[in-house]
Amino acid sequence: MAVETDNPTPASGVRRDQAQGPVAIEARGIDKSFRLPTHKVDSLKERLTTFSKREFRELRALRDVSFDVHRGEFFGIVGRNGSGKSTLLKILASIYAADAGRVRMAGRLAPFIELGVGFNPDLTARENVELNGVMMGLHRDEARKRLPAILEFAELEEFVDMKLKNYSSGMLVRLAFSVMIQSDAEILLIDEVLAVGDASFQQKCADVFHEMRDSDRTVVLVEAQLQSEDGAQATTVEAKAPLRLSAVFEARREVEGPTFGFALTNADDIQVAGVGLQLDVGLPDKLEPGQRVRVSGEIENRLAPGRYVLKCWVHRNHNYANLVLHSPHVLDFVVYGSDVTGVVAVDHDLRAVIE
Amino acid sequence: MNADPARLELQEVHGPSALGGGSRRFFDLLWLISLNEFKKTFFGTFLGYLWSLVRPLLLFAVLLVVFTRIVKLGNSIEFYPVLLLFNVVLFGFFQEATGVAVGSVLAQEGIVRKTQFPRLVIPLSSVLIGLFTLGLNLIVVFIFILAFGVDPTWTWLLFPVILLLLLVLTCGVSLLLSALNVRFRDVAIIWTVLATVLMYATPIIYPLEIIGPSFLRDVLLANPLTLIFEQARHWMIEPGAPSAIAAAGGWLHILPATTIYVVVCVLGAWVFRREAPRIAELL
Repeated sequence: MAVETDNPTPASGVRRDQAQGPVAIEARGIDKSFRLPTHKVDSLKERLTTFSKREFRELRALRDVSFDVHRGEFFGIVGRNGSGKSTLLKILASIYAADAGRVRMAGRLAPFIELGVGFNPDLTARENVELNGVMMGLHRDEARKRLPAILEFAELEEFVDMKLKNYSSGMLVRLAFSVMIQSDAEILLIDEVLAVGDASFQQKCADVFHEMRDSDRTVVLVEAQLQSEDGAQATTVEAKAPLRLSAVFEARREVEGPTFGFALTNADDIQVAGVGLQLDVGLPDKLEPGQRVRVSGEIENRLAPGRYVLKCWVHRNHNYANLVLHSPHVLDFVVYGSDVTGVVAVDHDLRAVIE
Repeated sequence: MNADPARLELQEVHGPSALGGGSRRFFDLLWLISLNEFKKTFFGTFLGYLWSLVRPLLLFAVLLVVFTRIVKLGNSIEFYPVLLLFNVVLFGFFQEATGVAVGSVLAQEGIVRKTQFPRLVIPLSSVLIGLFTLGLNLIVVFIFILAFGVDPTWTWLLFPVILLLLLVLTCGVSLLLSALNVRFRDVAIIWTVLATVLMYATPIIYPLEIIGPSFLRDVLLANPLTLIFEQARHWMIEPGAPSAIAAAGGWLHILPATTIYVVVCVLGAWVFRREAPRIAELL
């Protein structure tokens, strides 16, 4: 089964009422196939000596993909490994060419792909930062001016003149992430995210995400596979803004009497909320293989600020003992922006008066 | 953040390409990538730049000994040592630039797979690095030429024409090879051999005139490099030597080489342009 989850739309209350901002990314009918030769011919001799028609398998990675992302939105793409998420991102980033369809974009783009932004390992951090800036379309001196801020954010000031091939993988990812964060691009494309650095660096990234939201930047996040093992930060939600959830389940085999459950657990792995639902009356009480079910709606958000994990599961025969799918880590999100202490925010009409 | 309103309008995204993205960015990138690579060869090894001078000098020394002491070929030719050094350095540029360019796209895999930029800068930067080195080497060569007693003539001013002709050809070959090498990885290996063959198929060690009318001579004349090197000799070293057209025997006889020259350059540009959008996938 696959779950695609639209991240809760961030947007402050005001912006939500105003309808969404202008479109920042418009994708229409994108197709992309890869030819995977069953027997890869990459030498000239083989090409010349293989007279028979070359055999290849066509892998259709994307089929007629269309969507809009609005300015200031955090847009999540979730799916299994090999479901085409990264391909889509690479097309948005103009690294791959689409076979059909078109993309329009408003603003400059900063991609973060395969845990990097495109570094040359033989160059130092200083040279790479400059090169990256120029690739983004900056003048050389503008590109150089970004260096101090990038190094400070990445906490790598001491290593500025070290070649990147001597960096640890953690340092590399931190540097790459800082380069992307510190660019003034309006649109950020982020792939396979944020298992970046230690806890304090992750917190820093979360803070930056809040700031970016306020500055109207658009972020497209590609989430790792369904069961991501360690905390991948997916999105941020303002306190009290309802959590909007949309998940599609596709049955691989027949499931009778399915029930769907979602739960939110906090950072201490304590379940703070849970919802269970069944197929609406009137629908067949059975899922055939290939059939899809969409679960969508809003969940009231009484969560105190902090980090939460969304879990989901599916049972059969309306029986909680019959687990069909259990996904302990669909996505992570951070609730921010209120001074509630404790676990949940409670409404009250308590008043204090002098007697 | 500067909210340039024009930038925030929806604009078509064209995907990866050979060119595109503005000329200032193109030249900034070309310069920066070349500079970084050049610094790497300059400071990355113990002898640094000297290597790029030592290599042609060593080859020159060996060839000089072989062709003046063992095979008495050079003795009848005026200014043979100067001519040899000049040719070796010029051809060295062509050989080095194309030799680096052929694997350049693969070598820059890190940036190609993750960023969008005009792909053309990669092979062109290899050529530009070659040009840096050639410039430095030519200083040495000209000192040598003067020290050897070759009189400067006004035709020396025409040297940029030679350089330009060689440069364009080098770019064309570089584009062709670097694009093909992404699909067929053995192009790089084939080219190392082919470049050596070309060195002997170009009048570098010997002047063209020692080969009488024959099929071999026609083959040599079909090589665009032959004409460039013959003309360079005429203008730079020995005004008494025939110009390229004279050596070929008339306008008509430079037609095959000219055709090949144009075809190679156009083909290189065409193939690279065609392949550029797919380079990141094929890596």
